[in-house]
Amino acid sequence: MPDNQGVDHPPDRWLNKATLTRRGALIGMAAVAGVAAVDVGAFAYAGGWLRPDALTPSRFADGFEQVYGRHDGFRRNHAKGLSATGSFASNGAGAAVCKAAVFSAGTVPVIGRFSLSGGLPDQPDKPDTVRGLALAFLLPNGQQWRTAMINLPVFPDSTPEGFYERLLASKPLPATSQPDPQKMEAFLVRHPETAEAMKIIKQSPPSPGFSDSTFHGLNAFHATNDKGVTVAIRWTAVPLQTGQPGVPGASAGRDYLFDALIRAVSRAPLAWRLVLTIGAHEDPTDDATKPWPDSRPTIDAGTISIGAVQTEAAGNARDINFDPLVLPDGIAASDDPLLSARSAVYARSFTRRAEEPKRPSEVNVSEVRDER
Amino acid sequence: MVASLSYYPLLLAIHRPLGVAILVFAVVRLVNRLTHHPPPFLATMGPLERRVATWSERLLYVLLLAQPLVGWAMLSAARFPIVVYGPLHLAGIAPHNITLYAVLRISHSILALLLFLTFTAHMCAVLFHTLVLRDRLINRMAF
Repeated sequence: MPDNQGVDHPPDRWLNKATLTRRGALIGMAAVAGVAAVDVGAFAYAGGWLRPDALTPSRFADGFEQVYGRHDGFRRNHAKGLSATGSFASNGAGAAVCKAAVFSAGTVPVIGRFSLSGGLPDQPDKPDTVRGLALAFLLPNGQQWRTAMINLPVFPDSTPEGFYERLLASKPLPATSQPDPQKMEAFLVRHPETAEAMKIIKQSPPSPGFSDSTFHGLNAFHATNDKGVTVAIRWTAVPLQTGQPGVPGASAGRDYLFDALIRAVSRAPLAWRLVLTIGAHEDPTDDATKPWPDSRPTIDAGTISIGAVQTEAAGNARDINFDPLVLPDGIAASDDPLLSARSAVYARSFTRRAEEPKRPSEVNVSEVRDER
Repeated sequence: MVASLSYYPLLLAIHRPLGVAILVFAVVRLVNRLTHHPPPFLATMGPLERRVATWSERLLYVLLLAQPLVGWAMLSAARFPIVVYGPLHLAGIAPHNITLYAVLRISHSILALLLFLTFTAHMCAVLFHTLVLRDRLINRMAF
């Protein structure tokens, strides 16, 4: 077996066997095959191909498509929506618990989106449909804070698996356009935490419209101030405007909630107070179905002002993924299992709709005539 | 590609700064490669094997430089903040455009698969030379 010519090699002990034997070659090849198997196996495991039953972000997004159908270009959930722009005027009070730049006194621009839950981009507006307000705070030095809030006081599910099962159980039957009552009943028996949460939700009926809705972040986060003290927080956007002008009941149009919102914004900017609730040591951070006691201290951190709304289009809130884990330095995720699931599934939805052809949105600002 | 709901944020938080680090190391390595003569091939390597070694080396450099840049551009096109660690952010390098994001996202996946296959082939070839042929080929890369 010829040795390397003209290559200096220091004495190496374990490679000293210059003789290539059949046995040595076979052991060597087995070792290479073993390493290759671990390498490919790890890749396959990470990609989910070795666990076909696991609830992956893709399977979760598929669930929305199974229940609501596939609507190219639109979000898998909260598909019907309206883009918005405005600002957040921080009064500096939030800096007591959080060093994030957003809480020092000053004003930052905000991009927002009002939405209704469900995967149908053209569903008719109904008072009981869950309403969403998503916000992206554009902070200095390239930081952003994104949050997607809804008008429920607690979340119906404590785990992503629970949400997924409830989603599938809620699929309307073709005959009745309502969910199968037996499936929902069976789901609630398996998930008593959802039944409890529904009771709390029933005690807070929805307000007449978007403008006077209270929006809740629901998931807990950890806020750290500049002294290094960390507390658990949840936040809420409390409306400063109350009671919308009466909306005709019988002739309520398909987009009556959004139309009223568009008219309201055209008259004057809409404002919400950003309220932080500080959790005590015993308050759960990993269960969004559990409310925190009313006695917990709160901080009014400033005012969110929405000055304009726009039909969803390229470049506005349509093309933003309001991932709740886009956080500024100073706010960190809690152990709420819903947060990582939201981030993963929103990313899947965003990537799918980015790759699909786009269609105009149902809510169209220029079609709404201002009432004078 | 990540199949986990609960590990998604942790993996991303590692993935981004790791990508930046790989980009920096790849540039340093490429500068070193272009300014120095590599050690000669082994006498036992035939012309086909030398061609495969040369072209796979070039492919690896292209992939190691392209993939982090595509990832950076992809986040920029989606208007995400590009967090390296804590308050340290990178500026965006692509215009905000969801279709551009889609193209870059698909590219990132394709390049990732190519990178995985090239890395695996490269590693298996090195291990083959080291454990089977025992010809100390690895010394060409080592000090």
